[in-house]
Amino acid sequence: MYNPLEDALTIADKTFTSRLLIGSAQYPNNQVMLDSIGASGAQIVTVAIRRVDLAGGGETVLDLLEGDYHILPNTAGCFTAKDAVLTAELAREALETNWIKLEVIGDRETLYPDAEHLLNAAAEMVRRGFIVLPYCTDDPITCRKLADLGCAAVMPLGSPIGSGMGILNPYNIEIIRAENAIPVIIDAGIGTASDAALAMELGCDGVLLASAVSRAHDPVRMATAMRHAVEGGRHAYRAGRIPRKRHAQASSPQKGVIGT
Amino acid sequence: MSSIRVNGEPKSLDVATVDDLLRAEAVDPTARFVAVAVNGVVIPRGRWDSERVKDGDDIEIVRPAPGG
Repeated sequence: MYNPLEDALTIADKTFTSRLLIGSAQYPNNQVMLDSIGASGAQIVTVAIRRVDLAGGGETVLDLLEGDYHILPNTAGCFTAKDAVLTAELAREALETNWIKLEVIGDRETLYPDAEHLLNAAAEMVRRGFIVLPYCTDDPITCRKLADLGCAAVMPLGSPIGSGMGILNPYNIEIIRAENAIPVIIDAGIGTASDAALAMELGCDGVLLASAVSRAHDPVRMATAMRHAVEGGRHAYRAGRIPRKRHAQASSPQKGVIGT
Repeated sequence: MSSIRVNGEPKSLDVATVDDLLRAEAVDPTARFVAVAVNGVVIPRGRWDSERVKDGDDIEIVRPAPGG
């Protein structure tokens, strides 16, 4: 019988039985968000830090999620290390967590990480005592540098944020997995269940996704699909796939065939 | 009156402390999950009623929002 505790995901000092991390944005409404996150089985949920709407109050996403999930604030939207570090400090004050999903983007069209600012921000955040989970390119050198700086995980993109194009460079992801001892989590680009399964089959420790579920026609059902995909891909990785060959290899016995 | 920026908006407000500012801007200072930075430095909640607002201050008031 499969025991998820026997194959838990450990990031920094915390252990999780789910290897799926999920966003809280872009759902049709709060109830669908809560139902989807519940169906995904995810234990880590990402949130953004934004200026309050000075025109009005209302409940925050945290009022809905608090207590049931490990909340991971992000620095989405930041273009500089300076803004990312301040956002992380504001998140630490608002949420009383030193965990941060570090994002520093280079432009709005690609939302690609700016490696220079990302590395500077990561170094400063580690120095200030944050548990840093950086969203980064699928570049083995950048990932290695982030690991060397003391990040708790590396989170390379499969393809651009929200693109749904899946994992465009699985070979790089395999290299990143092989070269780093810390968790490797695919962050961004997941479009459907097979993308999440592939990430896990490549040896990744987890998958972080948002749009693939929240913008699906039926988010709750897609969340269920992602849960199974991540678990299936993880099992397949641990089971060890058969090698690819150019020629067939019969699976039925070759002896005793009638007419021979 | 202090000429300050609040979440990017220039404002002239008659407030002495960060706590006053929050109330003036209709943000409940006792609400959870709110954080404030003045000139790029986070002011812990426990200092909101003593931190003076000065002319030219650039103040950010944030809280968590749905994110990916």
